[in-house]
Amino acid sequence: MSKLRFGVVVFPGSNCDHDTFHVLKDVCGQDTFYLWHKDHDLNNADCVVLPGGFSYGDYLRSGAIARFSPLMKEIQEFAHEGGLVLGICNGFQVLLELELLPGAMLRNKNLKFLCEHVHLKIENDQTPFSNQGQKNRVLKIPIAHFDGNYYASPGTIEEIKANDQIVFRYADQEGRITEEANVNGSIENIAGLINKQRNVLGMMPHPERASESLLGSNDGRIIFKSIIHHFTKN
Amino acid sequence: MIDKKILEEHNLTEEEYERIVELIGKEPNITELGIFSLMWSEHCSYKSSKAHLQKLPVTGENVIQGPGENAGIIYIGDGLAAVFKIESHNHPSFIEPYQGAATGVGGILRDIFTMGARPIALMDALRFGPLSIPRNKSITEGVISGIAGYGNCMGVPTVGGDVYFNESYSLNPLVNAFCLGICEKDKIFYAKAEGEGNPVLYVGSKTGRDGIHGATMASAEFGEDLEEKRPNVQVGDPFKEKLLLEACLEVMDKNLIIGIQDMGAAGLTCSTTEMASNSHSGIEINLDLIPQREEGMTPYEIMLSESQERMLLVAKKETVKEVQEIYAKWDLDAVIVGQVTSDQRLKVTFEGKTVVNIPVQAVVDMCPLYHRESKVPAYLESQTKLDPVPHLEDYNGALEKLLSSPTIADKQWVFRQYDHMVQINTALLPGADAAVLRMKDKKFALAMTLDGNSLYTYLDPKTGGKIAVAEACRNLACVGAHPIGVTNCLNFGNPEKPEIMWQFQEAIEGIAEACRTFSIPVTGGNVSFYNDTEGLSIHPTPVLGIVGLVRDVDKSSSPGFKNTGDVIFLIGNNKNEIGGSEYLKFIWELEKGKPPQIDLEEEKKAHGLCIDAIEKELILSAHDISEGGLAVCIAECAFLGNNRLGCILHLKDQMRSDALLFGESQSRIIVTVRPENKDALINLAQGQNVPIEEIGITDGDNITIHHNEKKIIDLPVQKSYLIWKRAIPDHFKAR
Repeated sequence: MSKLRFGVVVFPGSNCDHDTFHVLKDVCGQDTFYLWHKDHDLNNADCVVLPGGFSYGDYLRSGAIARFSPLMKEIQEFAHEGGLVLGICNGFQVLLELELLPGAMLRNKNLKFLCEHVHLKIENDQTPFSNQGQKNRVLKIPIAHFDGNYYASPGTIEEIKANDQIVFRYADQEGRITEEANVNGSIENIAGLINKQRNVLGMMPHPERASESLLGSNDGRIIFKSIIHHFTKN
Repeated sequence: MIDKKILEEHNLTEEEYERIVELIGKEPNITELGIFSLMWSEHCSYKSSKAHLQKLPVTGENVIQGPGENAGIIYIGDGLAAVFKIESHNHPSFIEPYQGAATGVGGILRDIFTMGARPIALMDALRFGPLSIPRNKSITEGVISGIAGYGNCMGVPTVGGDVYFNESYSLNPLVNAFCLGICEKDKIFYAKAEGEGNPVLYVGSKTGRDGIHGATMASAEFGEDLEEKRPNVQVGDPFKEKLLLEACLEVMDKNLIIGIQDMGAAGLTCSTTEMASNSHSGIEINLDLIPQREEGMTPYEIMLSESQERMLLVAKKETVKEVQEIYAKWDLDAVIVGQVTSDQRLKVTFEGKTVVNIPVQAVVDMCPLYHRESKVPAYLESQTKLDPVPHLEDYNGALEKLLSSPTIADKQWVFRQYDHMVQINTALLPGADAAVLRMKDKKFALAMTLDGNSLYTYLDPKTGGKIAVAEACRNLACVGAHPIGVTNCLNFGNPEKPEIMWQFQEAIEGIAEACRTFSIPVTGGNVSFYNDTEGLSIHPTPVLGIVGLVRDVDKSSSPGFKNTGDVIFLIGNNKNEIGGSEYLKFIWELEKGKPPQIDLEEEKKAHGLCIDAIEKELILSAHDISEGGLAVCIAECAFLGNNRLGCILHLKDQMRSDALLFGESQSRIIVTVRPENKDALINLAQGQNVPIEEIGITDGDNITIHHNEKKIIDLPVQKSYLIWKRAIPDHFKAR
């Protein structure tokens, strides 16, 4: 099986770029390289990953400045042509600012940065990012963010639900969608969201932090395995 | 003209001024005086502490760099070195909690990456006044947000630390920030200015008026003019520092520079003079070239500014262009502001005039050292005398109350605000005895912990110093780590008071003795004096940061109970010691008595057994007994375990039940084993001559403790867990 080509975008202030690179290259064994935000070349990537961090210090608004990086033009074209784009945490925030995904992020409901393991329920297993999980399965993956309280207008939420765009929701250990499990206050407990075309996923939790058992969970591997499966199933 | 008033404003004595005149052969101008005042401040010169710090053991076969540099360095194997240090940012954090704490984190990070190491972990030792006072709450909240704001943005995990609450910190909180980085042992960078004519470059943020006289401020007591000191606190920009980190590591990786020094306390003054002094060279800079963010700054202000996120570096003539290109890639300016000279002088020009011309050695090395007078404090006699406290009627109630003491209660409210997982190395998360960080592709791991119980040190500074070292090492032993190096942050009151000086001397002697017993070198640290506000001193607070090596990351241990039916052992002896305990303080409001005594050899043997048993995979969990004693330790093992598993204990020691449950005798560790491994552990302990006793079994949903066949504790784990868990957050809810 030939290796997939993963491009990990580096913005000034990205800080999960090395982690994502490590998991894709050393844990998943894929061909992985960095993409510098000032360049104009995706280096024939099969999948582009926008990693977590504080691009441009999160000044102004999370992701608001990064969306103007030179490379974003190529990423938008790539996404419009059906290329796979995964945005993790700050990467999700950038995808919202780019309007590749609908909605916006507010501050966490407790107005504090939150870093801890949470449980996610897989709502849609028919996507390139979740096909190796099963619907309703509960994953243990950590979050680490200040602005992860997902918001969208009621009309948008209706549309998102109608199109089955919610991929992950915050749940308790048993998979119940509760207010208590909704750590940051997101509408509909939304933790991961895909576009209508099913090729752009944004998620607040960090799958790269849950991809080695030594770190307390392997569940994040499902996301990366799904992407690999998506390309190799035929 | 320099007069008395100016000297006073600069915290210099007349004798010190006369020495300056003699050393430089002229009356200094105001800028030169400012430079001396900073470099001769207690914060920069260690003039009151140096004579005593020499008692600390600083050598060892793996020491690459001992005290005196930006950070200490220990060889850890496989060509790698651990670079680590702790530093205080107490005064700024009191005046402006968020920025004070944030810039403390920024400063310690720069100390580490200035040496060529990538920072992989942060920790903080925090000391606040009681949360029942609103102002303490806002300081606590501000400090923790500041630490989180800076560390999280930098992408360096804050993996732990400790938090204590005591009245003595109400007007003087402590914020001690620790950082550890990793580099190749052959790629370490120092503050050097070598090669006449080599360009001196300024990189990072522009210089403003912030932080002028920060180091001097940190070297004086606070009075009621606190509000006026706010402009002395710097403002941090973690995003800029992240860029600086990446750019600096890139130029160092490509070996393009000769030397580098961060502009921390004392800014341009410190970096120029220290770099030149280290290399027996001189430096010449032109202040007109320094990037400035305010107009009309005087040479005095530019030289003394403590604006953050700045570095001074010396490049080679032929590499300077490549250096500038790398900084430009990271959107940073690297401006040539001067050059290296050979005359061992600092020369500074401004608008065409020479404004500073002084010998660097005089500034850096000639500060007078003081052997300050010391005297046993009067409080000791009365405070160490303890009249018997009444017998408890309700041990359950006392344990529940103790679990709600913020010093003992769960600290997740703090830790979850820190990104403690970024860089994906954190194998043992905050809340355990020590943090464990795996090294990718290596079998070994690093462990680290901070410790320092100031109540013990207040009642007996020497014993307090010993225990601070012993407990930090015990924390490491509980995760299976061998201690390899020490950094310390010594927080004390005004050293001009003989009683404070006595506390300081005694504590250092205790620390030195313990470090010698455990054979661990002290590689540096920081002394923070003048922790007095309105004449009141803090409890003497030495904080020890100790780094350990876990030989096999798969064989580490954690504090929580694992399976039903595991056997609970006590390593060490219960002694009848109740003095200086959190129990006396929190239940009876007494900061009295003799603190627990410590036999360092006994302590060392207990650690050896614990580590050995972990490496032999006999032990399933290990947790050290500290504040709150045996009962709190057992409760925490239950809270942190799988499914809040309970336990049943039978204790037979001949002493009062409160002393047995809540006394804080040292050298004790609670461990669990599978029943089939009981004998193996007992044999191992006997072979090493370490006292060990089977005290119970993990079972059920309650914490049950019998003393001489009488049930004295019986509490549902879940109920007491919630008390422990909610104690700190509840203080912040009720607004």
